Amino acid sequence: MPAFSFNDTLVLAATMFSVGLAGVLVRRNMVFMLMSLDIMLNAAALVFVAAGARWHDATGQVMFVLILALAAVETAVGLAIILRLHAHGRPTLDADAGNLLEG
Amino acid sequence: MATFLIPLLVLCPLAASLIIFISTGRMGARGVGTVACAGVGMAAVLSIIVSVILLSGPATGEVQVTLWPWMHVAGFSADIAFMLDRISLVMILVVTIVGLLIHVYAAGYMQDDPGIARFFGCMTLFVAAMLVLVLASDLLCLFIGWEGVGLCSYLLIGFWYDDPANTAAARKAFYMTRVGDVALLCGLLLLATTTGSLRTGAVLAAVTNGQVSASGVSMAAFFILAGALAKSAQVPFQAWLPDAMAGPTPTSALIHAATMVTAGVYLIARLHDLFAMAAPVMALTAVLGTLTLLVGGCAALVQSDLKRILAWSTISQVGYMFLALGCGVWQAALFHLMTHAFFKALLFLAAGAVIMRARHEQDIFRLGGLRHAMPGLTVAFVAGASALAGLPLVTAGFYSKEMILSGVWHVRFGLTRDWSVTGHPLWAMALLGAFLTALYIFRCVFIVFFGKPGTVAAGRTSRLMTIPLGCLCILSLFGGVIEMPDTLPSLHLFSALLDPATPLSHADEPVWLVLAGAIVPLAGLALAWMLWGRPSSVMHGARTGGGLDARHDRLAIWQHIPDRASTAAGGLMRAASVRVFTIRAGFLDMLARWGGSIGDRGALLLDRLHNGRMRWYAAWIAGGLCVALAVAVLS
Amino acid sequence: MNALPALVLLPILGGGVAWVAGRIRPVPTPASRDAAWWVVLATLVMETLLLALVTFGHQPHAGPWLAHFSMPWLPAMGIAVRLDMDGLSLSLIWLSLVLCFPCVFLSTRQVTVNAGAFHFLFLATLTGVIGTFLATDLFLFFFFWELMLVPMFVLIATWGHEDRQRAAMTFFMFTQGSGLLMLVSILGLVMAHYRTTGVLTFDYVTLSRTPLSPALSMLLMVGFFMAFAVKLPVVPVHVWLPAAHTQAPTAASVLLAGILLKTGGYGMIRFNVMLFPDAASRFAPIAMGLGVAGILYGAWLSFAQDDVKRLIAYSSVSHMGFVLLGIFCGSRMGMQGAIMQMLAHGLSTAALFLIAGAIQDRLHTRDMRRIGGLWAAMPRLSSAGVFFAVAALGMPGLGNFTGEFLVLLAAWHVSPPLATVAAAGLVPAAMYALRMVNRIFLAAPRAGLRPGPDLPARQMAVLACVMALVVMLGLYPQPFMTFSLPLPVADMTGGEDGAP
Repeated sequence: MPAFSFNDTLVLAATMFSVGLAGVLVRRNMVFMLMSLDIMLNAAALVFVAAGARWHDATGQVMFVLILALAAVETAVGLAIILRLHAHGRPTLDADAGNLLEG
Repeated sequence: MATFLIPLLVLCPLAASLIIFISTGRMGARGVGTVACAGVGMAAVLSIIVSVILLSGPATGEVQVTLWPWMHVAGFSADIAFMLDRISLVMILVVTIVGLLIHVYAAGYMQDDPGIARFFGCMTLFVAAMLVLVLASDLLCLFIGWEGVGLCSYLLIGFWYDDPANTAAARKAFYMTRVGDVALLCGLLLLATTTGSLRTGAVLAAVTNGQVSASGVSMAAFFILAGALAKSAQVPFQAWLPDAMAGPTPTSALIHAATMVTAGVYLIARLHDLFAMAAPVMALTAVLGTLTLLVGGCAALVQSDLKRILAWSTISQVGYMFLALGCGVWQAALFHLMTHAFFKALLFLAAGAVIMRARHEQDIFRLGGLRHAMPGLTVAFVAGASALAGLPLVTAGFYSKEMILSGVWHVRFGLTRDWSVTGHPLWAMALLGAFLTALYIFRCVFIVFFGKPGTVAAGRTSRLMTIPLGCLCILSLFGGVIEMPDTLPSLHLFSALLDPATPLSHADEPVWLVLAGAIVPLAGLALAWMLWGRPSSVMHGARTGGGLDARHDRLAIWQHIPDRASTAAGGLMRAASVRVFTIRAGFLDMLARWGGSIGDRGALLLDRLHNGRMRWYAAWIAGGLCVALAVAVLS
Repeated sequence: MNALPALVLLPILGGGVAWVAGRIRPVPTPASRDAAWWVVLATLVMETLLLALVTFGHQPHAGPWLAHFSMPWLPAMGIAVRLDMDGLSLSLIWLSLVLCFPCVFLSTRQVTVNAGAFHFLFLATLTGVIGTFLATDLFLFFFFWELMLVPMFVLIATWGHEDRQRAAMTFFMFTQGSGLLMLVSILGLVMAHYRTTGVLTFDYVTLSRTPLSPALSMLLMVGFFMAFAVKLPVVPVHVWLPAAHTQAPTAASVLLAGILLKTGGYGMIRFNVMLFPDAASRFAPIAMGLGVAGILYGAWLSFAQDDVKRLIAYSSVSHMGFVLLGIFCGSRMGMQGAIMQMLAHGLSTAALFLIAGAIQDRLHTRDMRRIGGLWAAMPRLSSAGVFFAVAALGMPGLGNFTGEFLVLLAAWHVSPPLATVAAAGLVPAAMYALRMVNRIFLAAPRAGLRPGPDLPARQMAVLACVMALVVMLGLYPQPFMTFSLPLPVADMTGGEDGAP
């Protein structure tokens, strides 16, 4: 007996996705952008899990694990880039300052 | 037997040429000369053997050799095939024997030249190509030889390439003959399209069967005539031959006098059945031949360069042959071709020896009185000159020219069905040409060998060079007695040899015809003696004094007009092509600039979108997704 | 075991090995450069052996093609790896391989900068060309068509001469743009086939039976024609050719002139005349007119050049005019003439480019006004140059004449005036060829020019082999002519999976 109906889950996921998207679009701090991205990914993962529960299919959970790994990797790579930029003498975290690929 | 020997005949000089080219100068001058003479000499021996074989056979016998198929496609086939009949027999004998004599002479003449290997390589290649030309039984195969001799001629005219004038002369010769070659090729294409084969026999059979329409025959004959005219330096293509004298003298003797320039005569004689069906073209041939022989004679009269005199006389003599061809007496044309090869080779070789000993002085007015310094060469040159002039009875030239003249007298050109023209005016002009011939050649003889001494002669003519001169002397004096007019002891060995089935008969020939032919050269000789020969003559020693020489410029107009025209055409063409090229480049540049500016403007617009801000990109993605979803859902 | 995929893949694999071999040492040394060169040579030898196996070995494969290979690739879209070989493709592949050898012997060893990559690109181009000649799946054909373009672009842009960027860019734009037109045509043809039969396939044999309305088939054919016309090149769209040929490094010039241009002719035969016979015959007057224009215009511009390589490039335009004329004559004779012309032109022009490259290596100039009197200094190189110049002017007895004569004869059957005009193109041919001879080889030596060493005997032997081939094409072309005809479309259906 599910605590939430499938529809409620979808609404929650959509809200999470919108929050994440807004975060990506509005924030200029790269760390916050990464966090927002993670929220979007989690929203997608939530839909997978909910759909798996709804149709009694394990594939949804498999996809969730996949997304989890993907999110971890993405965060790791993103943070590594930020650190790298920092080490190259660019102390800002502003994403818009990096629009010219001049190194 | 003969089927085996005929390919070998071509192979001998070809192999010699290949050996010389591949050794690239590692053989000494003597070695190169030996290889070349051996190659051509073997060809000469082989040609004598095959002629014995052929003549001992039946009268109409011919030997056909098909070596391998060349191109066999649907609707057309050509083979590499040789054929030996009476006409080609005469030609191979002339080519190989005169060629051998000239090669022997050249071995002496060229021995000090550093490029002797290239020279003999080209000369032997020329002999091979010429043999292909005369032996081919397929007109396309003939075309190999036809272009091959042109190429060798080009290489040899420009042999001393250090002087740009020589290479220019070489290119001029090639271009002008190439125009004719294209015409010939068109003629071949026309015949090939209608008959499906270019075998001489098949083509002639198709033409005589009426398989080719009358206009087709005329067109083909016209195209082939144009090719022959260009190759034989006839009006209107005469301008290249005098310039071709830039090559070494043995080349001038072999290629530009004895053999290659007569290839056109051979071609028309070979296809005489086709030309017989095209009466207007025949008449055109005769008229052009007459015109050429007069033009050549007049031009030769006003030259001051020894080799150029001989070149113009070659043009004029080949004009006689074309006249004979146009009148249908192709046997006479071939007879004159043979005797002309003898005496013109002799004249050139003697002139070459004279020029060599006179320290490369070619101006006849600076030579003079050489009869004391070089009596042997004087005898040789006078022998050649009298044969050229056709002094009666004792020279070969008399008999061949007589045969042509009597042929021209008897001809009637049936231009349309019921309108025909007699050949008597042409006969008169040919007689005038004979007078001119005697005049100009003895002018040359008297100025060069008699009169006041000019340049000092040095050295002596080597043995290698004198032997061929002696042989050619004998041939040009006595080589003509095999065919005599009916008025004299009737002897027709040559025409019987060529065409045993239908001997030429001129039973109703008036005696005064022969007499006229005999007296005219003598008159020319006498006039030349009066003008230039006597110690106190009017013209003697005076280059521009009165008379004909003063009219040099005006008389030489026909020499200059085609010359100027071809130079101008060449210049114009080059200027125009350069202009087209620059216009084209400018146009493309404009196009590129135009396209570039449009691209730039477009790029500015796109640049706004690509500002490198990641958040914008994300927004674009999200917005695009929304739009796509909306479209997908709403539609 | 089928040899065709190996035939296609071997060059590019060998090229990869050559690249690696060239980069084994961190600092390139002559030894590592030579290693790459040896790998290329070994690859070519293996490829030749393989091709000889295909040519002379009697395979159990039954069917109309000489060899056939088929494997599904993207079955959902009806795309398969379909390779087929008939006489035409076999002879053109032989031409490509035969040309690679003189190229490798005479030219590529001189490349010193990044030799491994150069050799890789060289062989990648070869793969593209061989694939183009073999593919009978339209999608695969397009793939190989583009594949041979990219390495060639890099070759020109990286190793070319002074104005290489611009030349490479022009080359790329023209061929790429026209290639897209061809892609549109391919898709159009496939869609038309899908509409009428409901079968989605890119198979050549199946598509050749598509019923098309006259207007549509004309439209599709023109799309194909544009791509091939650019490659051939046909006169209005030949603009890329002189620049590319002139600026390319010698080996790339040889590949361009010798082989890449032939893909245009091959495409016209296989994808214009044979795929759309009706449309092609309606289009023939225009194409023949363009061919004659190309003959005259190319020869004319060639005559105006001072740059040796540019002169040869324009002479290519002129010769390819004959190919176009022959292909669209609509007769077997013209087709055979065009094929012969392609083979002979490949040999003679490639050799001329090699010679021009050798001259440039020694004298550091291509300007004919500054070169002269090479005969005395380099007799071997000059004699080879004169020989191939004479071949280019159409001397009977050498390869080019055979092709030109057959084409002219076929054209005469169609229209005598047109053939006469085309034949008149032989006069300017003599002019540009002899002008080159008299400016470079048989000319007075120029002051201030120090000629280098002559060709070594080994390289001369390679050129002598090419000469022998040209003479053979000229005097005994019959085996090549009967051998190199394309397989008629009507006979193609006997294959294993030819019919759907």
